[in-house]
Amino acid sequence: MKSVTKEVWVFIEQHDGKAADVSLELLCKGRKLADRLNGVLKAIVLGYNVKNIAEKTFKYGADSAILVDHPIVDKYRPLPYSRMLNKLVNEHKPRIVLFGATVVGRGLAPRVASNTVSGLTADCTELVIQDVTYLKKDYKDLLLQIRPAFGGNIIATIITPDNPVQMATVREGVMEMHELETPKPVTIEEVEYIEDSTDDLVKIVEQYREESKVNLKGAPIIVAGGYGLGTKENFKLIHDLAEAVGGEVAGSRAAVDAGFVDHDRQVGQTGVTVRPKLIFSIGISGAIQHRAGMQDANKIIAINTDPEAPIFEVAHYGIVGKAEEIIPNFIDLYKHKLK
Amino acid sequence: MFNSIVMVKQVPDTANITGKVMKDDGTVNRAMLPAIFNHEDKEALELALQVKEQYGGTVSVITMGPPRASDMLKECFYMGADKTYLISDRKFAGSDTLATSYVLSEAIDHIGNFDFVFAGRQAIDGDTAQVGPQTAEKLNLSQVTYVEEIEKIENSVARIKRKIDGGQEIVDAALPVLLTVVKGAQEPRPFSAKKIMVYKNAKTLLDLEKMANENSLLNLDELVQEYKDKKLYIETLSTTDLSDIDITRIGLHGSPTKVHKVESVVLTGGEATKIEPTQEGLGSLIDELLNNHILG
Repeated sequence: MKSVTKEVWVFIEQHDGKAADVSLELLCKGRKLADRLNGVLKAIVLGYNVKNIAEKTFKYGADSAILVDHPIVDKYRPLPYSRMLNKLVNEHKPRIVLFGATVVGRGLAPRVASNTVSGLTADCTELVIQDVTYLKKDYKDLLLQIRPAFGGNIIATIITPDNPVQMATVREGVMEMHELETPKPVTIEEVEYIEDSTDDLVKIVEQYREESKVNLKGAPIIVAGGYGLGTKENFKLIHDLAEAVGGEVAGSRAAVDAGFVDHDRQVGQTGVTVRPKLIFSIGISGAIQHRAGMQDANKIIAINTDPEAPIFEVAHYGIVGKAEEIIPNFIDLYKHKLK
Repeated sequence: MFNSIVMVKQVPDTANITGKVMKDDGTVNRAMLPAIFNHEDKEALELALQVKEQYGGTVSVITMGPPRASDMLKECFYMGADKTYLISDRKFAGSDTLATSYVLSEAIDHIGNFDFVFAGRQAIDGDTAQVGPQTAEKLNLSQVTYVEEIEKIENSVARIKRKIDGGQEIVDAALPVLLTVVKGAQEPRPFSAKKIMVYKNAKTLLDLEKMANENSLLNLDELVQEYKDKKLYIETLSTTDLSDIDITRIGLHGSPTKVHKVESVVLTGGEATKIEPTQEGLGSLIDELLNNHILG
């Protein structure tokens, strides 16, 4: 195999001059991967007047940043962003490139992978560097891209053995974010944006965004309901319990798909990963994709009518029975004991 | 007049999995699973049909998959597609998203003459959302993902409403463009009974080959011509038809990503403490949580 670089890149997604949390989380993970490779961690920042974002990346472990600062890339648009990243990746051939699995990242990463003929794995729940033997050939320091697959019955480990660049997207909250205690300042390399006739093929006419009012990641107590609750009316029990214990309402993917609860409250591989002090898991069978998003909770209380539900395997407390009976009872008892 | 090509996929019904679904090489044994029309792709077809109704033009549908994917292509006819293409070859087996997007881009190039390429945002078997943008990149097309609605098309520019994280965006996209359609955007129309009567008889090349083999009075070329004339022919493209295709870029071999390991899920969590759903059981649980300052 040709010699490869030891650079780990993280694409820093920014909106209105603020870096997305998922990008900072990925910097923290990228730091660990770069250390394992004895390599360097680079933050890739595109935007307009965003030098401050590039400077801030050192707090999360970046060694250096590539900054493209130009009005054309002020807001994300597919062609200006992908054209620039294609060029950078083709020139530098970083070993690893990580993107948040956001609407932006999921539009951008595939284009860059397609152009640079790189392997790309979506929605990884774990990233590890390891030596691998694949088809009797030895590979040193490959990125294991680990994700649940196929209805959650299996965990797949994906590798990109023979192409120089390995890419992955990761959902918000999967990796932990922490600021370094003694960061060293980054060196910023500014790369000029070269305008192109394709820049304005897509123009933004109007954009409406609001920061999510839901803060599942930061909530110490979460009350999560699943499809097992049966109806949207029954899902109100989840809201009642959340109100009583001061928790945030959440749901499994099946509950979101059934319309019981909004997508921004989905816990799991394709939703948010949470690590609360306490999570109630009610009427949730506990498919791996869901468990991947909540099994690091400090305490898990599972309530389910099916004593064989997989959720009981990760729960600290298991209650077999009907939510309609248990929750009102729990709320009454709790209120009584608080007095 | 706008011509659309819609990329659709027949997917295993991941909600109804039974038996051994993974082969030893880590790829999916699709034969074991009930196959359904990926819903977001159906919504993409609906959007394409609406463009045709409002502005004129044609709707062609392509899918890459095994021969049985022709069942889904018939359903596309039932909804109103003008033409369908089955991209099928054993050499495609094991393709990852990148190799798949390469084949699809070659097929779209082969068909040509389009203003829109539509696809669902993602397919339920992988949820990767990669094939749409990867295909756009290979075709040098701009893209709009997470599309909810096409508000209007004027002077070869489509005004599109799309979903973004935490909100919505309205963009003007110059044609040609590739759009991926998000769940809930457009309710797919029901099948037309009249169209079912006609198109249930649609045939792929493989179907016609079988007919010709079974009956020595039938000639394959004549059969194909007959079904083309009756507009009941599902165009069937293999690597032979896509003459420019680079065989090293397709199938398992042409895929940068490989499945290294597949593990059944082993639950590592400890035994849950069983709590009885009684006053006493719940009461002592609450006491314990309060005492440990987890609640309260």
